[in-house]
Amino acid sequence: AGHGGGGAMSADLVRHLLIPGYGDAGGTADRDCAVVEAGGARLAFTTDAYVVQPMFFPGGSIGDLAVNGTVNDLAMAGATPLYLSAAFILEEGTPLADLGRISAAMGAAATAAGVRLVTGDTKVVGHGNGDGVYLTTSGVGVVADGVEIEPRRAAVGDAVLISGDLGRHGVAVLSCRENLEFGTTVASDTAPLHGLVAAMLATGADLHVLRDPTRGGLAAALNEIAAAARVGVELTERDLPVPDGVADACHLLGLDPLQVANEGRLVAFVRPDHAEDVLAAMRAHPYGTGARRIGTCVAGHPGMVVARTALGGTRVISMPIGEQLPRIC
Amino acid sequence: MTAWSVRVRGTVQGVGFRPFVHRVATGLSLDGAVRNVGGDVLIDVGGPEAAVARLVEALRDQAPPAARVVEVIVAPAPVAPPPGFRVTPSGDAELTGGFAGLPPDLATCDDCLRELFDPGDRRFRYPFINCTNCGPRATIVDALPYDRERTAMAGFALCRRCAAEYCDPADRRFHAEPVACPACGPRLTWHAGKRSAHADRALTAAAGAIGVGRIVAVKGLGGYQLICDATDASAVDRLRRRKQRPRKPFAVMVADLGAAHAVADLCPEGWTVLTSPARPIVLLPARTGSPVVAAVAPGVDRVGLFLPYTPLHHLLLRAVGRPLVVTSGNRADEPIAIGDADAAERLAGIADGFLSHDRPIRARYDDSVVHIAAGTARMLRRARGYAPGSLPLPVPARRPVLAVGAQLKHTFTLARGDRALVGPHGGDLADADTLAAFRANVAQLSRLHRFEPEVVAHDLHPDYLSTAYARETAAGPQLIGVQHHHAHVVSCAAEHGLDGPFLGVAYDGLGYGDDGRLWGGELLLATYTGFRRLGRFGAAPLPGGEAAVRRPVRTALGYLYGGEFPLPDAPPLALCRRMPAAEQTVVRRMIERHVNSPYASSAGRFLDAAASLLGIRDDNGYEGEAAILLEAAAHRATGHPEPLPWRLTSKDDLWVYDWSGTLSALLWRAAGGEPAADLALAVHRAVVDVTVELCGRAAESTGVRVVCLSGGCLQNRILAGALPPALRTAGLTALLNRDVPAGDGGISYGQAVVAAARLAGGD
Ligand SMILES: [Fe+3]
Ligand SMILES: [Mg+2]
Ligand SMILES: [Zn+2]
Ligand SMILES: [Zn+2]
Repeated sequence: AGHGGGGAMSADLVRHLLIPGYGDAGGTADRDCAVVEAGGARLAFTTDAYVVQPMFFPGGSIGDLAVNGTVNDLAMAGATPLYLSAAFILEEGTPLADLGRISAAMGAAATAAGVRLVTGDTKVVGHGNGDGVYLTTSGVGVVADGVEIEPRRAAVGDAVLISGDLGRHGVAVLSCRENLEFGTTVASDTAPLHGLVAAMLATGADLHVLRDPTRGGLAAALNEIAAAARVGVELTERDLPVPDGVADACHLLGLDPLQVANEGRLVAFVRPDHAEDVLAAMRAHPYGTGARRIGTCVAGHPGMVVARTALGGTRVISMPIGEQLPRIC
Repeated sequence: MTAWSVRVRGTVQGVGFRPFVHRVATGLSLDGAVRNVGGDVLIDVGGPEAAVARLVEALRDQAPPAARVVEVIVAPAPVAPPPGFRVTPSGDAELTGGFAGLPPDLATCDDCLRELFDPGDRRFRYPFINCTNCGPRATIVDALPYDRERTAMAGFALCRRCAAEYCDPADRRFHAEPVACPACGPRLTWHAGKRSAHADRALTAAAGAIGVGRIVAVKGLGGYQLICDATDASAVDRLRRRKQRPRKPFAVMVADLGAAHAVADLCPEGWTVLTSPARPIVLLPARTGSPVVAAVAPGVDRVGLFLPYTPLHHLLLRAVGRPLVVTSGNRADEPIAIGDADAAERLAGIADGFLSHDRPIRARYDDSVVHIAAGTARMLRRARGYAPGSLPLPVPARRPVLAVGAQLKHTFTLARGDRALVGPHGGDLADADTLAAFRANVAQLSRLHRFEPEVVAHDLHPDYLSTAYARETAAGPQLIGVQHHHAHVVSCAAEHGLDGPFLGVAYDGLGYGDDGRLWGGELLLATYTGFRRLGRFGAAPLPGGEAAVRRPVRTALGYLYGGEFPLPDAPPLALCRRMPAAEQTVVRRMIERHVNSPYASSAGRFLDAAASLLGIRDDNGYEGEAAILLEAAAHRATGHPEPLPWRLTSKDDLWVYDWSGTLSALLWRAAGGEPAADLALAVHRAVVDVTVELCGRAAESTGVRVVCLSGGCLQNRILAGALPPALRTAGLTALLNRDVPAGDGGISYGQAVVAAARLAGGD
């Protein structure tokens, strides 16, 4: 357990087991998305695997997630997504109706995102050897000249922006899977974000870093950026947008909303003098209406993310490591 | 006529050691000189052999009260010194195997106190009076050797009269580095809104403000403090609100022992530690009819009491004439403020006025806390007055070890040679400022002692920020992971200098086990290098993880509905009426579906559950509140309740405490109307009995008959008081922590001991 949690443990697994195995053939294989040269063009290339349970949840399904997730990985490199592949691993006995709903969801999501599903594969495993449907999607897109969006470009002074409220996807999936009732139903935020990114780029602003805070939530995304650029990140807890339903659920579940997954949000590191323009462009876009500034990139505590609490104190936001174990003795 | 070189090791600098040597040597008509070298005192001496022998004897037997002589090394010297005996300036710091003996701060001595209140003395009412026997040390030092120019006093040029005292070997202030007087030393200032005052007027203004119910921030010895009238309920209330500290007890300072008697019941041991030069906060039984208002320590029957330890505190207490709440100057979990600008900013919303001064604080030291358990004063929070004094290492460290401690109640330890230097209590590392203070303190003490770690010892918990700190340094030093409960029991064994294997009972909240699970009710067979787990408490889920720790009623549901041992016949639960229905449903579902509900075999969580099931406390307003109130309830028991039933079973080669009978009896008897206080005592007694049985079986199968009892639950006075005699009756020897906390404040010391032993390549 824990290695799928999207935190430090899975990062460790990749860095210490998988990448060494690749040897000379490995490149930047630990990144969500690679930007490579091919035939004179700058191609963004990504691949993702989806093992979500349940396959259908309020606000979406594994099909929407697979398309939007891959589109978003491309978008976070500043790419225009073009083509996707999809590979299914089906467990024997999965209702065909479910499969139909998933493929329809994929088609609808791809159409909405303006990308095409151009190739794929299907395998069937015996009953008990899978968990319904596993999905793997890859995607390619093109990156315009002059666009350099990478975690290591985060710079001291950058404004840290978020495109909307936090925690909806993780809470929706968890409460649906475990049949938990929180009074209000929280729906997943799954959405394709490349249109929003295009609007942000259109302002002419210098976007240093974009990241979709998926597994491990905002905490994981910011810790990765802080580590990659050797900068500190300072958040103001009061400014973090957590919807009431998410806050209530997290309170009951003992979860930190900053560690809960999102599937339709992005965090951006932007030159401070460009921040207002970018925010205005984000708010004008349907997937960025809730955009706001949540913090600043600082020189102090490099590699560390810190939140100013309501009490005026400061809390270290650590990298989530699989399942959170209490630290109180 | 012969010449000798004498090196004295231990806590020998900053304690009036050189003047003492001068006095003895001149008295014996010896020639030579004395100086500080590194952390040692070095004496070049010439004279008749018998006289030199008497000097050496005096070094061991008559050293000044605050000195602690560890070793006196005498070697012949080639050249006889010139006639006369001098105190020479300090040489270059060259370090010996252990640590420079930088002493902790010392409470104002009786001589200085007399002068402070003597209208004829030139230091009458001077708040910075001190001498070689007292005053600031660790909190003002910049570098070693400890000389005035390397302290926060460097900026204050001595006046003629002070200089004369400082240079006169016969004077009590000979080389008292922080010596000062109203003409040349630090000065008080008072700020309240737009008003300000200086020197004695500042003091009068501050005392006046406290007297009319205001909250005053006072620049103390190791940090700012917040002070108000402990007999004024509305002042205490206001402090609680502004400091965002709803229930955690405050400490109370009283002027003298007479005033102490009015507030608390003093036993001889309490009296001794209360008046010791370290002047810790001592938890003592609160006296009925005490003038201190109940809001100072709500719901508990003890009061944290201390006596003034600086001239400034003495003056304030005399001026106000009432017991004062004296608490650290911080908001919630932040570290105590030491910088003037920092304090002004952080405490602006709390304090009505600031009593400050111009002597900088170089290092942050909170007030220490001790309590009396099993008849002995034992450390709960080790800071001012104790740190950075060193402790013995049973196995010398072949290479310098930095032990980074745990997470809450954090301390770190530097180990070198045969000494372990345990840094002052830090707090919760999840607070970014506390984490920064930890880094700064490690850097400061390392620089002071020219210490460069080659080994970093750390906890196994992957989420502790101390573990993350250790990993950051991984490129350089070697890392040694030490299991949490092994560190606890080793801290106790090392304090007692044990050699062989021992049984370790580690009862605390939660620690990371070497199987990746949460432990906390453990019986280990241990040495300094390793351990084998022999027994444990039965496990239960903690629904919501830390949320369950903060809210014991969740833990209680975990024991009832998801524990390792089912409770088939629980009566209708009162707690269900106290808990919102929506939360109950979600929590039960979390337990059933294993959602964020890690299992723990913890003694502390078991006691939390019992506290909630008895209706004593459902929420922890501060760390450990439910367990503290459970203990307080047990002290109020009127009957002589038999221990609740318990059972030991065997699982995977471990003895496991099956608590289902205990909890089931507790619930039925509570439902039958038995007082919660009696049941609180009965559950403690069940834990005592099951522990004795566990240890008895372990002793039988291993042949090991010494038991080290440690972990935060051993700060429970019922367990600490009852276990040793009960184990003795069973033919075993039981040991408890004393100089380091049984709680997580002692972890870094245990880690250092384990790392040193592993480096030495024990078993
Ligand atoms: Fe512990
Ligand atoms: Mg990807
Ligand atoms: Zn004195
Ligand atoms: Zn003077």
